[in-house]
Amino acid sequence: MLGTAVAALTATGALACEADGRVSIIGNEFPAIQTVAAAAGACKGIDFSSNLTADHQTLNVAGMSGNPAEYTTAIVANSSIVALINEDVIRPLDDLVAEYGQDIPQQQLITVDGQVMAVAFMANAQHLVYRRDVLEQVGLDVPTSYEEVLAAAEAIRAAGIMENPVGGAYAAGWNLAQEFTNMYIGTGGEFFKPGTAEVSINNAQGVEALEMMKALTAYMNPDFLTHDSNATSAEWEAGNVALMNMWGSRTGVLMDDEGAAPEVYENTMVSGPLTVGGSGTPATTLWWDGWTVAKNVSDADAAATFQAMAAGVSSDILNDETMSQAVWLMDGFEAAPVNEGVLASVAARSQPYPMRPFQGLLHTALGDNIADFLQGNESAEQTLADIEAAYTAAATEKGFLQ
Amino acid sequence: MKHSSFFWFVLPSSLMMLLFIAFPIVSVVTQSLYQAHDQVIIEVENCGPFGCTTDTSVDSEATVALREAEPLGQFAGLDIYKDRNHLAFSEVGEAWASSVSMRDFAGSLMNLPFYDAMAFTLTYTAVVTPLTIILGFFIAIGVNAVARAMRGPTIFLSLLPMIVTPIVGALVLFWMVDARGVLGTALQWLADDPNLSVKASTPLMWIMLMVYGIWSSAPFAFIVYYAGLQTVNTDTLEAAMIDGATRAQRIRYVIIPHLVPLTTFIALIQLMDNFRVFEPIVSFSAQAHATSLSYAIFNDLGGETRLLSSAAATSVLTIIGVAILLSPVLVRTWRDFGAPR
Repeated sequence: MLGTAVAALTATGALACEADGRVSIIGNEFPAIQTVAAAAGACKGIDFSSNLTADHQTLNVAGMSGNPAEYTTAIVANSSIVALINEDVIRPLDDLVAEYGQDIPQQQLITVDGQVMAVAFMANAQHLVYRRDVLEQVGLDVPTSYEEVLAAAEAIRAAGIMENPVGGAYAAGWNLAQEFTNMYIGTGGEFFKPGTAEVSINNAQGVEALEMMKALTAYMNPDFLTHDSNATSAEWEAGNVALMNMWGSRTGVLMDDEGAAPEVYENTMVSGPLTVGGSGTPATTLWWDGWTVAKNVSDADAAATFQAMAAGVSSDILNDETMSQAVWLMDGFEAAPVNEGVLASVAARSQPYPMRPFQGLLHTALGDNIADFLQGNESAEQTLADIEAAYTAAATEKGFLQ
Repeated sequence: MKHSSFFWFVLPSSLMMLLFIAFPIVSVVTQSLYQAHDQVIIEVENCGPFGCTTDTSVDSEATVALREAEPLGQFAGLDIYKDRNHLAFSEVGEAWASSVSMRDFAGSLMNLPFYDAMAFTLTYTAVVTPLTIILGFFIAIGVNAVARAMRGPTIFLSLLPMIVTPIVGALVLFWMVDARGVLGTALQWLADDPNLSVKASTPLMWIMLMVYGIWSSAPFAFIVYYAGLQTVNTDTLEAAMIDGATRAQRIRYVIIPHLVPLTTFIALIQLMDNFRVFEPIVSFSAQAHATSLSYAIFNDLGGETRLLSSAAATSVLTIIGVAILLSPVLVRTWRDFGAPR
């Protein structure tokens, strides 16, 4: 009797984790991260606190720069870990993995130059979301390339079903820069001269990426430059859009029965990433979310943090409620239909978003300048030259270029 | 007042001003003169759930000694002020040399982020400040004429735009002017153009931002003028009435002269506020159409890699801009009040 009870408790992982030290989490706020933080906080013997907020990126570097650091761990993505590496506020985890993390699968370990810097727990990517009923009405197959998206959009408009059938998070700023990043990778372009911080996007691929984005905007709501992921999702749920490139983590909301008419959510389907120009490289980027350990904390706190977070992302957290919250990387994850887009993006060998110290500066420069081209104020070459100049000034200030 | 008692009287506020105004400005100016140390970039292999890639990374060990010796970074002098993302001297020079006409030159200038932001900021300030003052004045005159019992509620309603948090007020308007919103649909009907979209057109977006600016700050001008109206000498007003002055004449010859000093005060505050225009640009997601110096600072600090020196340089330029803008008003105030009588 007692034996069974203990066995049951061990199986839930609650007993498995016991550590002594301070654990303080800073991270973004969405259901999957809340699940991880709650599981980490269930560890016995730790002094636990967490700060999950959408503003985590403005807090994590400052909160980990002090000694001792306010936060012992930051939950980051492949784009945001570079700020922590650049500022030298997170520690390599190899010794902790050897001591406490033997059962973490190799594929979850993020290594930079051979050193483990983070442990990933979920994957995300942008991919095609489409309305099955609308495509059936115009008699077209599910598009696999942006060229087919344009053809389908024209057919839908011509059939009078929707005026602006294409959606996309094209809000000026981060979202727009992300769409260009996807498209430029899809054309086979390289952002920088290899091994340097010198930008090189003013080329044929850059023009091709911009031209395709502009062609797509002709089928979008005229307000597209103000539509971020939230507004685009709202357009989808309102039934105004039939084709869009959207985050896998947001498709669950589109396919559930809240906020939309049955004909919209019942016909919302996900598919893999799109290609552009027949290059074969998917025009999307893969993303992971993972946790790190702060450099400026005592060894005891680092060990406790590692143990608690390892428990927080173990297979034990997967149950009926948490299974569908993300594309989990742990063993034991069972994919639902909503996850197929992300898995297809991984299977199509899409590129991960570059983990590069100066990619963020280029992202900002892209977000500030692409709107000028989409509004028809200037040529593609001029826009690309502006982006390069804006990036170069910023990278010089940060010491990446001399 | 004796010098010693004057000294003790102003000491607390001087200390506060030193601590909360002077020191931050010194810190910002200092920051703007430094840039990051040269980073040592190495090629590394990154591995993760999606396989391995060869990429670049920062060798932080190589610069750790430099960083500790000079935590502010390396001295850059005015380099950051002169770079393309700020005053862009060399780009402006090139544009001047290569332009065939003033129009061509203006186009090249507007392509540079600082001058683009200045164009909107100055237009916004020049339009919003006088219109706020005029509108506030008329609201004050109107409210003052309302029956005494109704004044409380009228004042409250007139102040509402100022009570609503700026971000929220702007968001409300943002959704109203959406192509499917109340105002957006009304505009489409008025213009007889079903594809009209305020958010897609730069001129309409500018007008929208300015309308919002006037709407949200008119109550400030109103409440100052309203307070001023309570101190208008009733004897003078009655004398004017007995002399047969109409309401318009009384406003023109009695009330307006009485309120002129207040106008200086409102203009001063409004010029400062409008030059720092920021919230409406964020709430209206208007960055594709209009940016301001404050927005540029926000943008520098909001990216994944923060540009502290760039933000500091823009802040200093903002302070200089405010000083230039206020100088005529300050000179006037000095003449009116400061000069020996």
